[in-house]
Amino acid sequence: MDYEVVIGLEVHVELKTESKLFCSCPNCFVPEPNVNTCPVCLGFPGTLPRLNREAVKLALTASLALNCRIALRSWFDRKNYFYPDIPKGYQISQFYEPIGSRGSLTIEDDLGRPKVIRIGRVHMEEDAGKLIHSPTGDASLVDYNRAGVPLVEIVTEPDLRTPGDARRYLEKLKIILQYAGVSDCKMEEGSLRCDANISLRPSGSETLGSKTELKNMNSFKAVEKSLEHEIKRQRAILKSGKEVISQTLRWEEESQKTIVMRGKLQAHDYRCFADCDLAPIELTAEEVEEARAALPEMAEARAERFVHDYKLPDYDALMLTSSRGLADYFESCLEFYNNPKNVSNWIMGELSARLNSAGIEIESCSFGPEHMAELLRMIDENLISGKIAKDVLEKAFYSGKMPRRIVEEDGLLQISDQSELEGIIEKVIKENPDSVGNYRRGKTKAIGFLVGQVMKETRGKANPKLVNELLVKKIGFK
Amino acid sequence: MELYQKTAAELSRLLQDKEITAVEVFNSFTERIDEVDPHLKVFITCTLDSALETAAAVDRRRMENEELHPLAGVPVAIKDNFCTEGIKTTCASKMLESYIPPYDAAVVEKLKRIGMPILGKTNMDEFAMGSSTENSAFFVTRNPWDLERVPGGSSGGSAAAVAAGMVPLALGSDTGGSIRQPAALCGITGLRPTYGRVSRYGLIAFASSLDQIGPLALNALDCSLLLEVIAGYDQRDSTSLPHEVPQYSAAAGRELEGVRIGLIEENISANFDPEIKFAVLKMAALLEENGARITEVSLPHTDYGLSAYYLIAPSEAASNLGRYDGVRYGYSADGDNIISLFSRTRGQGFGAEVKRRIMIGTYSLSAGYYDAYYLQAMKVRTLIRRDYEKAFQNFDILVGATTPTPAFKLGEKADDPLKMYLSDVCNITDALAGVPSLSIPAGLHSSGLPMGMQLTAAPLNEGLLFQAAAVLEKCSDSPPQQRTALNLTGRGEL
Repeated sequence: MDYEVVIGLEVHVELKTESKLFCSCPNCFVPEPNVNTCPVCLGFPGTLPRLNREAVKLALTASLALNCRIALRSWFDRKNYFYPDIPKGYQISQFYEPIGSRGSLTIEDDLGRPKVIRIGRVHMEEDAGKLIHSPTGDASLVDYNRAGVPLVEIVTEPDLRTPGDARRYLEKLKIILQYAGVSDCKMEEGSLRCDANISLRPSGSETLGSKTELKNMNSFKAVEKSLEHEIKRQRAILKSGKEVISQTLRWEEESQKTIVMRGKLQAHDYRCFADCDLAPIELTAEEVEEARAALPEMAEARAERFVHDYKLPDYDALMLTSSRGLADYFESCLEFYNNPKNVSNWIMGELSARLNSAGIEIESCSFGPEHMAELLRMIDENLISGKIAKDVLEKAFYSGKMPRRIVEEDGLLQISDQSELEGIIEKVIKENPDSVGNYRRGKTKAIGFLVGQVMKETRGKANPKLVNELLVKKIGFK
Repeated sequence: MELYQKTAAELSRLLQDKEITAVEVFNSFTERIDEVDPHLKVFITCTLDSALETAAAVDRRRMENEELHPLAGVPVAIKDNFCTEGIKTTCASKMLESYIPPYDAAVVEKLKRIGMPILGKTNMDEFAMGSSTENSAFFVTRNPWDLERVPGGSSGGSAAAVAAGMVPLALGSDTGGSIRQPAALCGITGLRPTYGRVSRYGLIAFASSLDQIGPLALNALDCSLLLEVIAGYDQRDSTSLPHEVPQYSAAAGRELEGVRIGLIEENISANFDPEIKFAVLKMAALLEENGARITEVSLPHTDYGLSAYYLIAPSEAASNLGRYDGVRYGYSADGDNIISLFSRTRGQGFGAEVKRRIMIGTYSLSAGYYDAYYLQAMKVRTLIRRDYEKAFQNFDILVGATTPTPAFKLGEKADDPLKMYLSDVCNITDALAGVPSLSIPAGLHSSGLPMGMQLTAAPLNEGLLFQAAAVLEKCSDSPPQQRTALNLTGRGEL
């Protein structure tokens, strides 16, 4: 029998606000535990939550970017349970009336055809703290820095059919939320977290099979891998005539396997009810329309514009818009230096290579658009060669110094002075009679070797075009 | 007449006229505390050192002719569920027996800012759950009128303190009668303000949608003076109201001509103590003599009030008290694992009544019961709110008894929660509706115990309540001022 795979994803995304959801503690990562805390986010007796309107704005933007219907009146509920990482004995979340519902996101399926993934709900909630088990194993410690950080939870309908669907959904979701300015969506740093629900059913069946829940995947790749693994596992169980047990599984990155985390999927009774410490969130239709109008340009639209306005090839536009940071960087460069294709080449080539090897994001890169513009202008003005420019970029990338300063300090200015070059060219001709002979016998390629020798002598500083001209003049007409 | 026998308004006048000093006032009240607290057991924590510093500072500033608040130097006591920075705040619970908050409640900030010496933190029912102060984890407080009787609750310590002349003013909290019922049983005046009128920030929560802070004092004028201090918008409390605070104390003294008063049928019920019924009718007649128009009115959903309240308040309480898990602060029992840490901490840290309400609330919110209990109770709450809205279309003030009986004996109802709950029967619906409600003395029962009458107004109309109360104070034949058990004599108007 053949089986159909049914996957649904629950994604938690940290909102990029200045402060936490219900207090004024900063919303940022700090390594030292329990620093970003106050009596409110620690749930001290008598404290009350105060809603951060910025978080509501971002949640509204996220909902709109995901084509959701917006609830003009929504509210927060208390989700009651006991665990040391929640300071109040309950989590403030939107259970009964989420701010966004019935949205959608279009991905490409495994065959590259467009496919609509329905989004059931987008709701706001506060994050919990972090439980750390002491290395000696005799105690657990709690870090509440993260407690009260604003999140949106984005829940799909069970519309995904393959692990590839799931990965592409996450990639698309990340780009949309980054473009919307809602979140950094860095899965590795925990600002995007994903749980997956997966079940198999006989092809053609309408009812859902028993599902398992997968947790602890910390990259999109891990989501895909864990789903592939789980499909195999479930299929083997079903083929052997047994039943899949509904349970929560944990993805183990090291062994590339899932292990049982919690037995039977218990329906937790969270005893949700409206939090009467907070007023309902009221939005007017005008506010929603304003937010809709203020939605930033999304990746696809931006790529189209790049092709149209900057005459970039489709490939360049697609690559440059693959993250909002990259696209913003590209356009900032153009403000200083208006040669789109040239900028695009250098971003996608040298800069990307540097970013990859350093393992940092464009946003935190010290080689800014001004650096890039200055560097490219120096090449255009024949002050440095392209090869030297690559070295300068590398130096500037790590030091943050302006390219011109590096060129000056290191004496890298291109030698375009004919008299200065002639002496070196004479020397190279004298030392390489064979190549000269070859050239004269019609092997024009030999000129390349000679140019290379001159460049070597000048440690790359010679203007290669000029060297070429001078060489041809010298050896061609003897 | 000793200073401790005077009202806050009288003390304020004398202080402003520099006829007395704040330190003298402090000394008079602390001597009184030394004398009677061993009998009454009002204070969980006394904060006399810092209070004396406050009083001395007020005197210095007054000597330098600094502009001071009228209540500067007038002592006050606060219920032990208001957070006080650096000072133990127990909620009369083993769970918080040695808990020291890192910050001051909004109302405490306000008292400190104007220079009111805080003499101490008063006893209460554990987490404000109870009607007799017998649910304190530490000790029972006695009624100054009869030491064998309860002072009411849950703000029993604050009420007894004012009634016995240990402080002229006190703060309490009222979730379903916890200010008004003890005020009535101790023969003083106590106000539950409009929900949202006073910031709850720093009040340790019992039931968030019902908790409200209010003053207890010897008369309406004193209550209004203290309300002026504590009322007002606070951005830290999202339920606090933005409306400006009027000068409530100016209301005392205005005429009642044309004021429409509704006598609530359900709150002078046939099964109430007949003397209390009679006292309320007598007070109503006095209002009529002073120009008010009196008609009977029914609040038809009152019968369901108690049931709705005992689902809504415990549901919120079960959630609010979830944070006491032994992890961050307060009592923490040894546990082999996290579950046993939780269950032992909560099993040992909470008293019986608190546990009972947590159980009721947990049950009422549980899947499968939510619709039948919590949601149904919320619907009843809406109906009760509508009863009031309708009544206030035709009436300015609604009156009735504060309690069905005078103070009961210690232990009399301690083993019967339902009987205990019934002692708040007249106070519950106001709380559910969020309207302001004032209990004032209505004379003495033949048993020698005080009785109380309750006046209720539309939201934010506290001024009207003070106005009516002041008229009644002026013309009622003063009840005997002797509190036999303690031989307390001659204290202002009662």
